[in-house]
Amino acid sequence: MFDRLRHMLIKEFIQIYRDPRMRAVIMIVPIIQVMIFGYAVTTDVRNIRTGIMDLDNSVASRALISRFTGSGYFQVVERLGNDADIRSALDHGEVKAVLRFDRGFGEDIGSGKSAQVQLILDGTDSNTAGIVLNYAAKIASEFNQRVLLERVERHNGQKPPPPPVELRLRAWFNPNLVSRDYFVPGVIALLLMVISMVLSSISIVREKEIGTIEQIMVTPIGRLEFILGKMLPFVLIGYVDVVLISLVAVYWFNVPIVGNPLLLFLSTGFYLMSTLGVGLFISTVSQTQQQALMTAFFFLQPAILLSGFIFPIANMPRVVQVLTYLDPLRYFLVIIRGIFLKGVGFHVLWPQMLALTLLGAALLALASLRFHKTLA
Amino acid sequence: MSWRRYLAVARKELTHVLRDPRALGISIGLPMLLLLLFGVALTLDVDQVPMVVWDQSQTPASRALIADFSGSPYFSDMGAASSYRQIERQIDHNRALIALVVPVDFARRVASGRTAQVQAIVDGSDANTASIVVGYADAIVARYNQRLSLALAQRTLGRNLPLPLDLRSRVWFNTEMESKNFIVPGLIAVIMMLIAALLTSLTIAREWETGTMEQLISTPVKATELVLGKLTPYFVIGMIDMVVSVVLGRFLFHVPLRGDLGLLLLASTIFLVGSLAMGLEISVMTKNQLLASQVALMATFLPAFLLSGFMFPIENMPRVLQLVTYLVPARYFITVLRDLFLKGVGWSVVWGDIVFLAAFAALMLGIALKKFHKRLD
Repeated sequence: MFDRLRHMLIKEFIQIYRDPRMRAVIMIVPIIQVMIFGYAVTTDVRNIRTGIMDLDNSVASRALISRFTGSGYFQVVERLGNDADIRSALDHGEVKAVLRFDRGFGEDIGSGKSAQVQLILDGTDSNTAGIVLNYAAKIASEFNQRVLLERVERHNGQKPPPPPVELRLRAWFNPNLVSRDYFVPGVIALLLMVISMVLSSISIVREKEIGTIEQIMVTPIGRLEFILGKMLPFVLIGYVDVVLISLVAVYWFNVPIVGNPLLLFLSTGFYLMSTLGVGLFISTVSQTQQQALMTAFFFLQPAILLSGFIFPIANMPRVVQVLTYLDPLRYFLVIIRGIFLKGVGFHVLWPQMLALTLLGAALLALASLRFHKTLA
Repeated sequence: MSWRRYLAVARKELTHVLRDPRALGISIGLPMLLLLLFGVALTLDVDQVPMVVWDQSQTPASRALIADFSGSPYFSDMGAASSYRQIERQIDHNRALIALVVPVDFARRVASGRTAQVQAIVDGSDANTASIVVGYADAIVARYNQRLSLALAQRTLGRNLPLPLDLRSRVWFNTEMESKNFIVPGLIAVIMMLIAALLTSLTIAREWETGTMEQLISTPVKATELVLGKLTPYFVIGMIDMVVSVVLGRFLFHVPLRGDLGLLLLASTIFLVGSLAMGLEISVMTKNQLLASQVALMATFLPAFLLSGFMFPIENMPRVLQLVTYLVPARYFITVLRDLFLKGVGWSVVWGDIVFLAAFAALMLGIALKKFHKRLD
């Protein structure tokens, strides 16, 4: 048996590595992808392109504008003269926010009346708009507080008290709230799933399409040897990619890895069982490579979107949340983020590892049962 | 170019597509599934953040601050804690995302005009959510301070004062700030790129792999006819996906569609032709389905998803990557889509993007035709 498996493995490796372009796909593509992900996937909001329409042009209006720009969230890129300019700047997407001061703003502030300022936001990107609204509200409150305390000072000549309450922030696990530290480990899990599932889903069906499966069928090779022979090269590719991407994460993006890398290695094995299980199952139920690829994608898309990689599972409707328990990526994300960011160990992560093992065993069993039928 | 031969190739390719009901089903079903997910299940909005409070002060002043938190729509589930240990356990088990610790001397310090430090502990592992939550907390504390300052000013000056600054915020284009209105229009571009990556990128590579290319080469069919004929069925599928997306988005998810439908159709046609031609080009160059699918995903789908502003704002990316996004056609198409869906602007705003898309489509078709030689080697 081991002899037959060995020959099968040699054949598979030759097939995969024969094409130098394929080697590039396996080695270089994941690195490019983690680079793009690492830089592109950030939801931090800074430097909102802001237009100013200041009909007042007073000390007070300029003071408020500099409060907005000084916060780091707003960046003034344009001066607007009238309401038509505002409309056009927002329509053309030149600015995402506009601060609009009417004449008399400074006077109202000076005379103790309520001075109005308008903030107009492009709500297209709802996520950003919501965050910006909050920033603006905070800046307005702080401005109010300062003006009020200055008035108190002018009135009684004493130095005004400091702000009554100060919020001291401590963020656990990721003290500087770097969103990259959160996303990049997730990218490892994501790419591993895409690569292993797509490659394995095509592998058997490719032999069917080209016709070489008949040659394999006349050999004495058994079902288990065949499935193992198909799987092991991808397991190896998976491990190579995990190491490569982790190196980029740690040495290029400076993502800390607090926990035990060996535990990561162990869980990668369980994870690959389920992703390859799905891939091989797809391969057995498909007739053409295109069919296999599309079926893999039909599984991959929801698996990625519902895993909690970008969209928090807690925000999803109950029914959908239940569905996410079938998603191997969901468990591996918890494991990989736990190991990278929180440094937790086996005693915390064992439920996820158990779930992956069960899922993987079930899927692999399903794939090899299906395969038996196809050969017969 | 012969019309008859073009139609013959198109018919042959259509037969290929129709013979595989599953692939056809997925190419229509996958877009619908994505729309459904984004319309119903996926949202980046952060609200109802579970919170735990350790109020060591237990005074009217501290309760007023806490009431500001519980009264806000952003926080929910005010659990109480009485030690750091309990806080730690709540955060570890994801029962709380933020913990507020109000010190014993809170009321005393506030009353005597000294700053009271309130501690906020957040679970930073999801940095994105955590920063939004911190933003909410900051704004609430700022408002609390503003209220105390106002009270102080009124006491000192002995009369009623309005707040000096009245910030009136108005949100245009997506007044309710719903994330589905942001995502669904952009999804059309992503779906079209997916069709290009999954369907056209394989079509010529498959002919090479299965050997049918030799038969095609021996026919009198010309490169132009072959390329256009092969694109046609996939173009039809892409357009069906577009219409399905628009109809579902508009009527099921109530995404506003304020702009001109004709313009939407024009932009979609141009973009689809460009991306399908790009998929075909990859197919011609790789001659191997596995490789073609990988290259196509890298070149079409991934940039459309990550570098187009579909979900992640381009302004937040590093400068170099921002420059790269100018080469991503989906970037322009998504801008047009959002302009048409949400802003309802017309040709005068979107023409620049459409011209770029047209240039991209022409370039891709040109390369696909040039790269395609009817030779065996």
